[in-house]
Amino acid sequence: MTGYTFAEKALARAAGVQAARAGDILDITPDLIFSHDNSAAIRRIFEQIGARRIVRPERVAVTLDHAVPAPTPQHAQNHAEIRAWVAQQRIGRLFEVGRGICHQVLSEEGLVLPGETVFGADSHTTHFGWLGAFGAGVGRTELAALWATGQLWWRVPETMRITLTGRLTPGVTAKDISLRIIGDLGVDGGAYRAIEFAGDALATLSLDERPVLPNMMAEFGAQSAYLPPDDAVFDYLEPRRQRDYTPLYPDPDAHYDAEYTLDVSALEPQIALPHQPDNVVPLSQALGQPIQQAFLGTCTNGRHDDLRAAAQVLRGRTVRCRLIVIPASSQVLLAALQDGTLQTLIEAGAAIGTPGCGPCMGNHMGVPAPDEATISSANRNFRGRMGTPDAPIYLASPYVVAASAAAGCIADPREFLSC
Amino acid sequence: MLTAHRCWVYGDNVNTDVIFPGKYTYTLKTPAEIAAHALEDLDPGFASAVQPGDVIVAGRNWGCGSSREQAVTALKYAGVPVIIAESFGGIYFRNCINQGILPIVCPGLRAHVQTGDTLLLDLEAAAIQAGGQIFTFPRLSPSVQAILDAGGLVPMLQRRFAEGA
Ligand code: SF4
Repeated sequence: MTGYTFAEKALARAAGVQAARAGDILDITPDLIFSHDNSAAIRRIFEQIGARRIVRPERVAVTLDHAVPAPTPQHAQNHAEIRAWVAQQRIGRLFEVGRGICHQVLSEEGLVLPGETVFGADSHTTHFGWLGAFGAGVGRTELAALWATGQLWWRVPETMRITLTGRLTPGVTAKDISLRIIGDLGVDGGAYRAIEFAGDALATLSLDERPVLPNMMAEFGAQSAYLPPDDAVFDYLEPRRQRDYTPLYPDPDAHYDAEYTLDVSALEPQIALPHQPDNVVPLSQALGQPIQQAFLGTCTNGRHDDLRAAAQVLRGRTVRCRLIVIPASSQVLLAALQDGTLQTLIEAGAAIGTPGCGPCMGNHMGVPAPDEATISSANRNFRGRMGTPDAPIYLASPYVVAASAAAGCIADPREFLSC
Repeated sequence: MLTAHRCWVYGDNVNTDVIFPGKYTYTLKTPAEIAAHALEDLDPGFASAVQPGDVIVAGRNWGCGSSREQAVTALKYAGVPVIIAESFGGIYFRNCINQGILPIVCPGLRAHVQTGDTLLLDLEAAAIQAGGQIFTFPRLSPSVQAILDAGGLVPMLQRRFAEGA
């Protein structure tokens, strides 16, 4: 008990040192290193460095997820180069087209465990905090260096603690909590800090909902984000894991350089208006805004609970605008198939896509036309994010996305749930 | 060894868009071109007046925002060897090291200097003399210092792999 934060403990462990403090610079050996469709570009930097073999290829994972199945010959060529590279370097894990989005798939595969450190060439690597791991995104040059040496230098970040108290009401979710935090404190409110979530509200969130919080913290400027893992997480991992682990928890007297508390009991559904994730208002201020497309999916909100929430709203109804549903992984797709969720969504008029990122970053499978408004369960609504600069994007929970699809305009899901 | 540096002093939360405008990120390529636009939207007089050896002294969160590496290289190519701030945006700090420019975290200094003042830097002692006071700052770890000494992450690894081959 000497006042260490989770980030201080996790990074000291990953550096093989006794202890570390915010501000210290350490050489980190992460437990897992991953990249996705950007792996061919990283390979070119790796070769420029002059390295020949990836060190510890068994701790490297690659997912094909950002543009799958390949929409153009160029994308297909990129995938082909990555497959060849994976075989040549004997990279431990390749997850093929259709398996799903990196953050979801690596969680399902038990490749990241509590107390571990994971670096990914993707800004939403913060996601892995839901398992009690230290996850951070790195640049392509840094990922190439990780392949080449197995290590990366890292400055231990200061930590902000966000305490969530109370209990969410029906139709309100972790997405609404995340949007409210970012709306209150701004897209730089987390300013390269590590975030630690705390409070009695956490245990009430389902395992599918928890990743939303650390995932969305990438939109908060945070370097990493952490939820204290509990028995529910350990049970989830037990049939999946291939190695032992030791969960880490912050000391009760840890030092936080900022604190924020939110009572979630009174929270209403929230929505981010175009074109920034901190442009957040209560849903009631955006009701009635016409939309042409609704998108349910992504690493943020494409899990089984998310699809079930949409089915709950859409059961017996028909959508009044396009609804694109892309499960975050093949396991999510299968679960939604087996319990009838998929049937409900298809009967309501949804188009179902191959698990992957879909139109989240504008590659394909749901790119809006100019001036068409989309309501999305994703994490980013920057101008042009979905591939069309003049197409406004609204961010909200799966409930709100489904209710809006049913209404053809932005709508409150609670009206659908009560009747 | 003490070295003397003229200061350019700036405030808090200076983001990378004003250090190096996004509109140039894909068009300008040579060091001279990139340096000519350093701090363009923060201090338009900077690029033409900066001298090799000058340093930046900034407030909190220098280099927040977009991760673009030119916000570091523009200053490097302008001859700035060191950037001193009360704190840095995390990605900017990493970019400094990886691009071979020294970031110094030194709270308290900025209140004691103005643009045009000269400060004395003692890298071995990890100390700065300015305004009649001495400020110390944390040293980089040896492994990070080695990246700087090599000129950045890619050159350092190039050397390492060339030697190992
Ligand atoms: S779903 Fe979107 S945010 Fe998530 S990894 Fe894919 S492109 Fe990135």
